[in-house]
Amino acid sequence: MIQVSGLIKDYGARRALNSISFNANQGEIVGFLGPNGAGKTTTMRILTGYMPPTDGTIIVAGHNVVEESLEVRKRVGYLPETVPLYNEMTAFEYLKFMGQLRRLPNVEERALETLDTVNLDARAHSYIGTFSKGMRQRIGLAQALLHRPEVLILDEPTIGLDPSQVAEIREVIREIGKDRTVLFSTHILSEAQQICDRVLIINKGKIVAEDTPENLQSKLVGAQQVVLRVRGDSDDLAEKIKKIKGVKRVEKKEDNSIEFEFSVGQDARPLVAKTAVQGGYDLLEMRTASMSLEEIFLELTREGASSVKKSS
Amino acid sequence: MRNIWIIAKREYNHYFISPIAYVVAVALLLLTGGYFSLMLFAANQSGSFGGFVPEISEVNNLFGFLLLLSIPALTMRVIADETRSGAIELLLTAPIRDFELIAGKWLGSFLFVLTLISVTLFYLIILSSQVTPHPDWKLAASSYIGLILLAGALIALGVGMSAIFSNQVTAFIATFGLFIFLWWLIGAPASLFPVGGDFFTYMTINAHFGDTLSQGNFYLADLTYFLSLIAIGLFTGTLAIEIRRWK
Repeated sequence: MIQVSGLIKDYGARRALNSISFNANQGEIVGFLGPNGAGKTTTMRILTGYMPPTDGTIIVAGHNVVEESLEVRKRVGYLPETVPLYNEMTAFEYLKFMGQLRRLPNVEERALETLDTVNLDARAHSYIGTFSKGMRQRIGLAQALLHRPEVLILDEPTIGLDPSQVAEIREVIREIGKDRTVLFSTHILSEAQQICDRVLIINKGKIVAEDTPENLQSKLVGAQQVVLRVRGDSDDLAEKIKKIKGVKRVEKKEDNSIEFEFSVGQDARPLVAKTAVQGGYDLLEMRTASMSLEEIFLELTREGASSVKKSS
Repeated sequence: MRNIWIIAKREYNHYFISPIAYVVAVALLLLTGGYFSLMLFAANQSGSFGGFVPEISEVNNLFGFLLLLSIPALTMRVIADETRSGAIELLLTAPIRDFELIAGKWLGSFLFVLTLISVTLFYLIILSSQVTPHPDWKLAASSYIGLILLAGALIALGVGMSAIFSNQVTAFIATFGLFIFLWWLIGAPASLFPVGGDFFTYMTINAHFGDTLSQGNFYLADLTYFLSLIAIGLFTGTLAIEIRRWK
């Protein structure tokens, strides 16, 4: 559905996108993650035909975005980062206008249906100018869904919404993602973890990682970290843990807790616990401190970080 | 074509909720209406039109002159406002051509100004009941054609300027500046050249409106002149959008 290869975008002398390649298939929700200014919005604008790429081949819904821009635009739904709406129109009028531009049949009926999808049917005939941020965001989403596009591109769809609205929008995205292609950007990592089939991490115009959220986590970390806390002095215990098979690294923390790491597949926790108890220590706490997607993200987008590509 | 019409319809409706459009409409109609009343009054005073015969073309001349200031105020926002709000992003990712967007914006504004012009037809009706045997219909028709062409051309240039500048105020100043240039300044070098100076005079709007159409003389050259300005304006606007995409 979306095939991007060797996408390059230059703004004057500055290279905003440096040879980006990725695919997104039908029925797949792909999360696009990256710090501000990484190139997420630029990529999305190119995919939607808003601006042409400097180089590269981009096929969206079976059409080339440069040569058949209008064909692509017919098949793509787009929610830009700042939802631009006409305040003087009602929600219904606005969707009708957008629907007419897209030459939809039964446009009025379709507008009402879509308003129902985003839970705004009760406010169909209110002026958009009176809407809250969350409602505007939903109108923006409705506009993107209106023509039931094959590909949906959403630029930070949940930004500025309250938690219940975020949950609603995510539900809508998940529903649509069942049979269509959704590419959405976010910098909320838990969001990507929750609804994406696959995550692309972009930094400084390059894709630095691409995989399912779970794989990304296990592949990057490679080892599991555990924090252990006992009553009293734990220097001796740290020494003992070091000798346990599978333990890779042991670190004594300032708060008297011990952090150790073992390779995935060589669970050292039972032995560590036994050692502590047999050594006469009062075991207070033992918990895993695995790297969250958040840390992976920071790790990957750090200066000079090595990139991790999908290995399969 | 249908896309142009859809854009135009929204644009036209937008004018009826725009405060600037109301200010422009009131100013235009108040000034031309006042002028018309004075004209009738003066004619009556001079004794059964013995002195002079009032003509609608006089009112249209004033209307055309006032357009120099009114059109920039109306068109400054057509594209600039969409750019500022970001709504342009959705229009440019909708399946419509850049030209259709510009042409639609032009048509919507043009229809609004035509609506204002059509109000002056009431003056013509009043006039026809006052002047015996009847007003100079040929002159009236020619002056209306001139006014409509003038409005179309100025609006096209205004839309073009609005597409170039993403700030309304800049768009207003640039449009007004361009109008002043086309109305007077471009004709200024005429006196400097003993031969070929006519070319500059020929380029002024006045040479095609004030001196010909509003005097009841219809030349094909005038039609060509105004249609060319419309084409230039729409082309500039479309080009500006294309360039913006590449930036």
